[in-house]
Amino acid sequence: MFMFEKALHGGRGYWAWMTALLAVACAGAWSYGVQLQIGLGVTGLSRDITWGLYIAQFTFLVGVAASAVMVVLPYYLHDYKLFGRVTILGEFLAISAVVMCGLFIVIDMGQPSRALNVLRYPTPWSMMFWDMVALGGYLVLNVIITRVTLEAERNGVAPPGWIRPVIVLSIPWAISIHTVTAFLYNGLPGRSFWLTAMLVPRFLASAFAAGPALLILLCLALRRRWPLRIPRAAIGSVAVIVAYATAAHVFFLLLEMFTAFYSQIPEHVQHFRYLYAGLEGHAALVPWMWTSAGLVTVALVLLLVPATRARDATLAAACAAVFISLWIDKGLGLIVGGFVPSPLGAVADYVPTVREVAITAGVWAIGAAMVTGFFKITAGVRASDR
Amino acid sequence: MRDRVLILCGLGLFLAVVTWPAWRTLASAPAPPPELARPVGSTRCVAPVEFMRASHMTLLVQWRDRVVRDGVRTYVDRDGREVRMSLTGTCIGACHTDKTKFCDRCHDYAKVTPTCWNCHVVPPAGPPAGGVR
Amino acid sequence: MNPGRRVFLRMAGSAAVATAAGAALGCVASEARRRRLGMAIDVQKCVADNGCRACIDACHRAHNVPAIPDVRHEVKWIWKEPFERAFAVEDRDTVTASLRGQPVPVFCNHCDNPPCVRVCPTQATWARDDGVVTIDEHRCIGCRYCVAACPYGSRSFNWVDPRPFVPAPLSAYPTRTRGVVEKCNLCEERLAVGQLPACVEACPERAMVFGDLRDPASNVRRVLAEQYSLRRKPELGTRPQLYYVI
Repeated sequence: MFMFEKALHGGRGYWAWMTALLAVACAGAWSYGVQLQIGLGVTGLSRDITWGLYIAQFTFLVGVAASAVMVVLPYYLHDYKLFGRVTILGEFLAISAVVMCGLFIVIDMGQPSRALNVLRYPTPWSMMFWDMVALGGYLVLNVIITRVTLEAERNGVAPPGWIRPVIVLSIPWAISIHTVTAFLYNGLPGRSFWLTAMLVPRFLASAFAAGPALLILLCLALRRRWPLRIPRAAIGSVAVIVAYATAAHVFFLLLEMFTAFYSQIPEHVQHFRYLYAGLEGHAALVPWMWTSAGLVTVALVLLLVPATRARDATLAAACAAVFISLWIDKGLGLIVGGFVPSPLGAVADYVPTVREVAITAGVWAIGAAMVTGFFKITAGVRASDR
Repeated sequence: MRDRVLILCGLGLFLAVVTWPAWRTLASAPAPPPELARPVGSTRCVAPVEFMRASHMTLLVQWRDRVVRDGVRTYVDRDGREVRMSLTGTCIGACHTDKTKFCDRCHDYAKVTPTCWNCHVVPPAGPPAGGVR
Repeated sequence: MNPGRRVFLRMAGSAAVATAAGAALGCVASEARRRRLGMAIDVQKCVADNGCRACIDACHRAHNVPAIPDVRHEVKWIWKEPFERAFAVEDRDTVTASLRGQPVPVFCNHCDNPPCVRVCPTQATWARDDGVVTIDEHRCIGCRYCVAACPYGSRSFNWVDPRPFVPAPLSAYPTRTRGVVEKCNLCEERLAVGQLPACVEACPERAMVFGDLRDPASNVRRVLAEQYSLRRKPELGTRPQLYYVI
């Protein structure tokens, strides 16, 4: 039914990759076992900085999941035929990202055995409740969509008519999952770094830059090895989307900085100062933030200049730079920056522990294995295409 | 079928492994039923014994939600007695004063580990503290 | 109109009026009954020298709060902050001498409009009718959303099992387990048996006055009527119910 058997045929390279991912996932699972025993104290989190690497990954990956809309919308709403072969890859990436989000949420919980309390005691005034609903719904939508459209492709027929409204529904739904994730942060009166309506457009812009950038990297890497049948022009169009989204992201970031530094309200300035210059001797994130700034600047240039956007090597470099830059900015920068300084003005550092990194890497390995498997299945279906 | 022997061996091994708990229990001597110490502070429980044997967790969860979520601390039992709803104050404190000779006996026999004791602090075994009004 | 129908309508009408009146009276009556608990804390009375910890020790003892040496994993229900930190005063030099560096006891404000309650996805934390913001430790999933939402840093998470750090726990009150959030509960278990909160009772200077903020004749209201008080971060709309008399 899900054509999983197509993921079981591969060369040595494929199996070496999957085995390596399995090893990383096992290491992560082992570390998580330790965390279950001892508690979240095995992480670098503290009384002042209560969300860190795990929630950072969750926030970033919701964006990656939402980014499927950037290829789905042009194809299904505007008949942009060039994306015909790409939409399903975006949707598969979305499924993998949502699964990773779910894993990170559970991993971050202090009492994961009570996770179902969110469903047992639905709380419509809590954004976390709606986040669970939105992400769960998005996962179901994409599983149905990929299954139906890929099966139709394998059978050489057009997908059934009823799938179209389901796909069209996934478009506003994708926007909503990342909006509601931003709502988790920007409705908290005590966290001035996050208390801005701009957080929603910032989230969306960075999502639509990072997600398609990853999609481009995957397509560039795999289109010659596997018969994915993705036209180079399609990748070129996605690159244009990444270019504009990256430009929007940088613009929005600068807007935030203007408001903070021109108004000079300490509550707004302090968080940026901590991230980009350090506060009271604490400067752990400064090199990261400047690396992120440097990477996104280089990426923006490479993406905006048509010649570099057209060449595979420079495009890949730009996309990798965008992805890493946004991973730093939206992950560590946004989350940790929101907690420092604390409500009482305390400045602390957050350094993830080895176990924390191992668990995180384990989840990424699971996501990577899912993406690899899904792309292999797609390639398997398309191998018999003419 | 060349693989018939291999398949049958595999199936046999699987069945053996999967039924291991059953025939291991059958083979070993039966565990003696737990011997429970009699309660000290009272001769009548807040609920019938058969009910408590089967569903004391239901009562405890009800008590828990009444105290924690509704702020109501008094329970009127079937005899009209007013009882303070408290695991450590009434159940343990007033009657089953030695948890190791009562609660733990059945829990160990049935191999259940209730998480209540992670938080609820058991008073040292001794004369009943009197949580029953 | 059929006489039976007329009688019915008359009865329905009077029943409706009676119900409305009863509901209105009921509302008024329950308003009158409903207390709003809070405190007035005299900041100047808090002992600056000799590191008095009476309120902290009383609270932490009564509630089996663990004493965890690793400051990252600290759990605290009540503690003291210097005045400038508690009220976000930037320029220390211009602060009144009597308040400069003055320790201020800080703990959960039991806000009238608590953001922590708004965000909890399982209703593990909620505000009672009398204003106490409380936590159901059995339901908390440890997501720490409430910790992020609290503008005062009042909440602590159990990063590790707290039991080893509570040397002789009292059986009158449970400990918590790892993976849940805890904070000051306004001694609701003591209030239930007619006692004052532990911190209020323990303070040697009687710096804390506890009572019903809705009752104009209560001690706490009389203190607030006579002396100027501050609340922490009032601009956030949380309506904290701890009033600091400075």
